[in-house]
Amino acid sequence: MDLKGQDIISLERLSDEEIEYILKKAEGHEASLRKGGSALCKGKVLASLFFEPSTRTRLSFESAMHRLGGGVLGFAEAKGTSTSKGENLADSIRTVESYCDVIAMRHPVEGSAKLAAQVSNVPIINGGDGAHSHPTQTLLDLYTIRKEFGKLKGLKVALTGDLKYGRTVHSLSKALARFGADMIFASPDELRMPKDITSKLQGKYGVNVEEKAGLVDVVKDVDVLYVTRIQKERFPDPEEYEKVKGAYRVDNELLANAKKGMVVMHPLPRVYEITQEVDSTPYARYFQQAFNGVPVRMALIAAVLGVD
Amino acid sequence: MEKELRVKKIKDGTVIDHLPAGSALYVLRILGIDKNYGETVSVVMNVVSKSAKVKDVVKIENRALSPEESNRLALIAPGATINIIKDYEVVEKNKVTVPEELVNTLRCANPNCITNQNEPVIPSFRVESKDPMILRCTFCGRIMDKELIAEQA
Repeated sequence: MDLKGQDIISLERLSDEEIEYILKKAEGHEASLRKGGSALCKGKVLASLFFEPSTRTRLSFESAMHRLGGGVLGFAEAKGTSTSKGENLADSIRTVESYCDVIAMRHPVEGSAKLAAQVSNVPIINGGDGAHSHPTQTLLDLYTIRKEFGKLKGLKVALTGDLKYGRTVHSLSKALARFGADMIFASPDELRMPKDITSKLQGKYGVNVEEKAGLVDVVKDVDVLYVTRIQKERFPDPEEYEKVKGAYRVDNELLANAKKGMVVMHPLPRVYEITQEVDSTPYARYFQQAFNGVPVRMALIAAVLGVD
Repeated sequence: MEKELRVKKIKDGTVIDHLPAGSALYVLRILGIDKNYGETVSVVMNVVSKSAKVKDVVKIENRALSPEESNRLALIAPGATINIIKDYEVVEKNKVTVPEELVNTLRCANPNCITNQNEPVIPSFRVESKDPMILRCTFCGRIMDKELIAEQA
């Protein structure tokens, strides 16, 4: 498998074999990471261009490059860069590419990653372009689930929270369907998974998809409970929001009925939707999930640099 | 059979035939034809075709359509035919077909798409479905349905 020089813009552009390859490689990087890392990227430089704030994605990209023995330069917000003086993205990329070997970028505008890839001579890894795509999040989610169960096919995964607007759940549901996992979508009526996605998952990939309200019945039945945050601003009526918030909170009482071996995941940051008491239960996987961002991004960086 | 022609034959130019009834005025807009257009343009609306369907026809004198114009036409009138006329004869006849990808034809409806910013980028769309017409922006992934497409026609 040769991914050298390839841009990572969205998961749709990667074949099943390429995704499998990255997940497999990430296992090796995780092992090396636990021993302090490697020197695969010695002499190489990652530019970490974060035009909008991020904690986990930016730091795990930078950590990944350090763990590979490479150097990192970049910025954590657009303020203070030429962008704030009015420079367009294409010019910024053409400038930065001459200082580095690979670019990891987050940008608030949808489609910015594709534009960056069009003008850049070094590979671009998309760290999130507006509401469009965040492929490394989905890859680390797949990695986490696969590590837990040794497979994706035949698993039952519940996605809950804001399924209407959530970029993460849209992308993850398509990826899970590609690899043969069945799904339950549990959300308030106002935030249901868009119909075009639901019908595509069933029609194109032939997986089972159920929609449910509330979580009580759901946790008895699934291998993974993937939780996302419900934002207050989605509800014009504050009372309705309070009601919904309670029905989709994961706590020890809910988990008392959970299927044996079920894991709880969350892309983080979590606010109230998983109570802190859950952190110390055998169900919690969200911090391990955040950790997994490092080996997965190590695998991607090494692969596009052709040093894996 | 009625032998009399509603609009006389043109010497040189383009005849766009088999347009869906009611689409002729959109076609004029797509082609940028208004009162300032220097050539003669004939528009026939709601005529009954040989297949007994109601159709529109547009005849433009002294003009051949560019491939981009044909692509735009395909968005509102798939199945129309473009006849190139030289010296009163049809020298070329093409059916308007929808390409797999439309480049530089429409603007993305998503205001937060990179193609709507101050960037050197050409908008492009993948055709997801031809009937009904559904396009997807290759940059931001936004779906453009028939209504959004018609807004720009």
